[in-house]
Amino acid sequence: MNMMSVILSGVELANPVIPASGTFGFGEEMSGWYDLNCLGAISFKGTTREARYGNPLPRIAECGNYGMINAVGLQNPGIEEVLKNQLPRLRELYKGVIIANVSGFSVEDYRYVCGLLDSEERVSLIEVNVSCPNVHNGGMAFGTTAEAAAEVTRAVRAVTKKPVYMKLSPNVTDIVPIACACADAGADGLCLINTVLGMRIDIRRRMPVIANRYGGYSGKGIFPISLRMVNQVARGLLQAGYEQVPIIGCGGVETAEDVIEMMMAGASAVEVGAANLRNPMVCKEIIERLPEVMRELGIAELREIVGACA
Amino acid sequence: MIFTTVSNEPLTGQIWRMRLTGEQVEVRAGQFVEIQLPSFFLRRPISICDAESKDGRTMLTLIYKVVGGGTRELTAFGYGDELDLLVPLGNGYELERSGSEVMLIGGGVGVPPLYLLAKHLRAKGKKVSVFHGFNTASEVFYEREFKELGCKVTVATADGTKGEKGFVTDAIKAVYKDNVKAPYYYACGPVAMLRAVKSQLGPDGEMSMEERMGCGFGVCMGCSIETRSGARRVCKDGPVFKAKELIL
Ligand SMILES: Cc1cc2nc3c(=O)[nH]c(=O)nc-3n(C[C@H](O)[C@H](O)[C@H](O)COP(=O)(O)OP(=O)(O)OC[C@H]3O[C@@H](n4cnc5c(N)ncnc54)[C@H](O)[C@@H]3O)c2cc1C
Ligand SMILES: Cc1cc2nc3c(=O)[nH]c(=O)nc-3n(C[C@H](O)[C@H](O)[C@H](O)COP(=O)(O)O)c2cc1C
Ligand code: FES
Repeated sequence: MNMMSVILSGVELANPVIPASGTFGFGEEMSGWYDLNCLGAISFKGTTREARYGNPLPRIAECGNYGMINAVGLQNPGIEEVLKNQLPRLRELYKGVIIANVSGFSVEDYRYVCGLLDSEERVSLIEVNVSCPNVHNGGMAFGTTAEAAAEVTRAVRAVTKKPVYMKLSPNVTDIVPIACACADAGADGLCLINTVLGMRIDIRRRMPVIANRYGGYSGKGIFPISLRMVNQVARGLLQAGYEQVPIIGCGGVETAEDVIEMMMAGASAVEVGAANLRNPMVCKEIIERLPEVMRELGIAELREIVGACA
Repeated sequence: MIFTTVSNEPLTGQIWRMRLTGEQVEVRAGQFVEIQLPSFFLRRPISICDAESKDGRTMLTLIYKVVGGGTRELTAFGYGDELDLLVPLGNGYELERSGSEVMLIGGGVGVPPLYLLAKHLRAKGKKVSVFHGFNTASEVFYEREFKELGCKVTVATADGTKGEKGFVTDAIKAVYKDNVKAPYYYACGPVAMLRAVKSQLGPDGEMSMEERMGCGFGVCMGCSIETRSGARRVCKDGPVFKAKELIL
């Protein structure tokens, strides 16, 4: 193993840097900017049972220099199309670890999509996004209660042997019981956080900027929030006696220093989201800079620092 | 890609022209750049108005209207200042689809990308008629520049202070009347203009669209519009679309 490699439930990544779902498409467009093979893993766009167009436009609002709000609404071609076209194309461009990001609007949706992914050898790990509204429960997001998050976890666990990582929403009063409930229900690991619910208003038109009114805030402005939540969950899991539940930290990461900080908070690997939209080269730049920062900080192996502050 | 500002000055009230040089890039008319600005998270998309390459370097001309914080910040860049651009982005116009005679239709800051297009069409020896719509005489720009390329230029202003009074479609009507079949067209401007142009001239043409963008290079799905052939990203599958594909 090299000094930057990390392990997620038996899956080795050459380095901890992963482009986050929704900010990297299915890799194809990004391969024009650089050779994707430098990445630790790739988490592809949230995929659902059926193809989805997503929300009305505008879907994007800016938040000064700190980040952006999106309400894309899970536009994707649907799992069958992804297995047939996007995934084989991604594999041609990228030999490393592929993470399938899955969304659903009912427990059955998640079960169906993860069942299909189970036999897909190109996928090493499944990331289950529970920030989506449950159509059978008044549209409340699965990730907002421990019971609903656990129910999705159990359903997915039952249909796949691949490592299952539940991707949690930060829009909750206490994330720790939700994280523990997922671990109890059989999750191999966790990914946090998804976007923070936000809003912008066009003060000239007196209208929300986003057609959907609210959207998910992400980018460097949420880094302190994601760091805090990763740390709370890392500590909570330890206290509850879960030793082997790795966390993928995500939210506002832009630099190699941010990656290290996130790992010290408790993350075994780190996703970079909105920063890719501002600078398509950012993941490659972070990976190239990591050895230098490790040297400055006297870190021999990145794995050592996971949870240094947990 | 780092580009260096050569000049940046107002053409008329709120409309500015910026010139920058950088490493050589091949540009198709209708493509755009995404400019990174220090005070803003997202880049700003601006159409390429002109691109001239020489000795391994390309000089880009951008024309932009100051409408908010980002474009205001852009006005502060002057000679020698560097900007980080993603260039070139998007698909661009198809020059081969049109015959020996074409029409270019622009509204406001939809005019700039048509300049490079006119240049390329003229280089192919096509006869180019240009119709431009503005609100008022003081906002009119690039009339002379299009004429110098050898285009026939007709300007319309909404308040009648210059050229035909009314919208660009009124100017087209004044020239083509009702009985003449208009040639293949290329259009860029506000959606209301594009809608009027399509209903006046029919589906035989291409139109450039504008949407708020997250990335500008096809990964975030922030700019997807519904078209007759399904969802399409304005930044990557566009910004230029066949008029017949668009649901306006
Ligand atoms: C492909 C493309 C080509 C363009 N070409 C030109 C051009 O050649 N000249 C020109 O003057 N303008 C052009 N625009 C519009 C230009 O991008 C916006 O006017 C500019 O982004 C406004 O930024 P701001 O910070 O000044 O305004 P603000 O309103 O403060 O911007 C806030 C956010 O909204 C976005 N936004 C605001 N208005 C628009 C708009 N009309 N279209 C897309 N996003 C918008 C901004 O990018 C930013 O993310 C183009 C837009 C697109 C999509
Ligand atoms: C445009 C956009 C689309 C996204 N789509 C998804 C998605 O499909 N599935 C998902 O789990 N997260 C999605 N996310 C959330 C990101 O993966 C990430 O969790 C979040 O943006 C926080 O990280 P960041 O601050 O680095 O962007 C999306 C984020 C953005 C900005
Ligand atoms: S702006 Fe991101 S896909 Fe078009």
